[in-house]
Amino acid sequence: MPDLVLKGKAIKLGDNVSTDDIIPGRFAHLRSNLPELAKHVLEDAVPGFASKVKSGDFLVGGKNLGLGSSREHAPVVIKMSGIGAILAKSAARIFFRNAINQGLPVLLCDTDKIGDGDELEVNLTGGKIANLTSGITLSCSKMPPIMSAILKEGGLIPYIQKHKGFKL
Amino acid sequence: MGKTLAEKILSLKSHGEAKAGDVVIADVDLAFVQDTTGPLTIRQFKESGFETLAKPQQAIIFLDHAAPSPAQQLSNDHILLRRFAQETGCRIYEVGEGICHQLVAENFANPGDVIVGADSHTVTAGALGAFATGMGSSDVGVALALGKTWFRVPESFLIELNGVFPRGVCDKDLILYLIGQIGADGANYKALEFGSEALARMTMSQRLTIANMAVEAGAKVGLFPSDKITQDFLIEHGRGDNYKPLYPDAEANYEQVIAVNLDQLEPILSLPHAVDNVRPVAQVKGVKIQQAFIGTCTNGRLEDLAVATEILKGKKRHPGTRLLIAPASRQVLIRAIEKGYIQSLLEAGATVLPPGCAACLGLHQGVLGDGEVCLSTANRNFKGRMGNPEAMIYLASPATAAASAIRGEITDPREFT
Repeated sequence: MPDLVLKGKAIKLGDNVSTDDIIPGRFAHLRSNLPELAKHVLEDAVPGFASKVKSGDFLVGGKNLGLGSSREHAPVVIKMSGIGAILAKSAARIFFRNAINQGLPVLLCDTDKIGDGDELEVNLTGGKIANLTSGITLSCSKMPPIMSAILKEGGLIPYIQKHKGFKL
Repeated sequence: MGKTLAEKILSLKSHGEAKAGDVVIADVDLAFVQDTTGPLTIRQFKESGFETLAKPQQAIIFLDHAAPSPAQQLSNDHILLRRFAQETGCRIYEVGEGICHQLVAENFANPGDVIVGADSHTVTAGALGAFATGMGSSDVGVALALGKTWFRVPESFLIELNGVFPRGVCDKDLILYLIGQIGADGANYKALEFGSEALARMTMSQRLTIANMAVEAGAKVGLFPSDKITQDFLIEHGRGDNYKPLYPDAEANYEQVIAVNLDQLEPILSLPHAVDNVRPVAQVKGVKIQQAFIGTCTNGRLEDLAVATEILKGKKRHPGTRLLIAPASRQVLIRAIEKGYIQSLLEAGATVLPPGCAACLGLHQGVLGDGEVCLSTANRNFKGRMGNPEAMIYLASPATAAASAIRGEITDPREFT
């Protein structure tokens, strides 16, 4: 289960960052070698991302984050890079579900109120984000209870191991 | 209250009343993976402690994305997938059989089915009236094991199609136009449901192209009602008994209604690097292209190759433009050979690739060089999609791609039809 209160710096992205941006198809041969694959996370969109990110940082997208391919490797390599949670104005459907299934929180809020490098404190249970740099507090939209339950268990696999199926 | 197509199918498959916004657990009729998402599915399946599949005959592995494999790591992934098929008894479609979505349409999808695939273009089977949607590897792994998954029942947009396509304009122009109208996230989490009188003249091939790109507007599914055209397609593919009538209730509730008059459409393309960045071809003509690519789950069917052949027959590709043709399945390739399309395309200077995803996703068979421009009939033109972030991809119809291959620059297909 992810920590309930996370603290870290924002790494800001623009709108419509696709799963091809997050982990391009040209690295498909590395998909069964996740440590190697993870070295290329976001390398076309944010040069040097993998070396820049610090454990606990937040990936802060604009609208429609993660559009495109269903590749679950996208949230996998984001999580492996040390990102503690994803924040976005909106997230594409498959990417959103994949991130939660990987135990990586996704919070939808008005990310225009967050600047690159801002210090954030994210409260997962309350769905509140305090921007410690600007002093603004943001509210997040709620996800369906089944997704909260999957996230609470740390992802789909631990959820299924515990419940042996889906529970509404 | 009446039901939309999405509500009807999910009510049936969850054995209850499913209304937009509800979360339901639904039976899955078909679950599949392809070779770039399947290995993670297998690892997640095993990590969950599963050993057997709920329905081995309704579980499929497709080797289509890296086919034939261009790298030893991908060859080893193929070995892993073949071994899993042997262990569990699921079906496997080998290298060269074709693209997962085309094979699902040809062999499996039926009106009212729930289909989940570890590939975003699983929505293609919505053309046959299946609630078909893309998911990640873990979700499909669990669906393979349990024969069920959970869904939030989507709100629906009704897309009313009226009129007749003008000369040189087709299904691809329509769906690009629609995505331009809706936006790349305008239908996020929603169902697109197609209806109205133009459907009676819309072939299954055209419906598959349209449903295929529903996901490019963010949609969870792109659904067509079933009709005589659906029934004829199922009969032609040896499963006429699986036909059932499926249509929305008259008083169904739609979040939006979007009407399109096909008579008003013109050839459209998507400019780099976004699918919703659309413009009439006439406004972009003259842009030099180094590669034209006709194929993929969007436009690699027999009708698409017929359109390309009609334009290219007796002509030559421009010497500065490579012309790649990738039939969507073995059956499409065989029929295209029988009809003489392949001969004409080869004589026009085309390179014919094996049935599969080919150049679409940047793995092999047509990776672009720095600064190169490709006019593709695929569904995505994101930066880096075809293997090089320094390249530019335009998306258009097979007619536009064929006309542009002859001139070596973006060309309005009406100049050739």
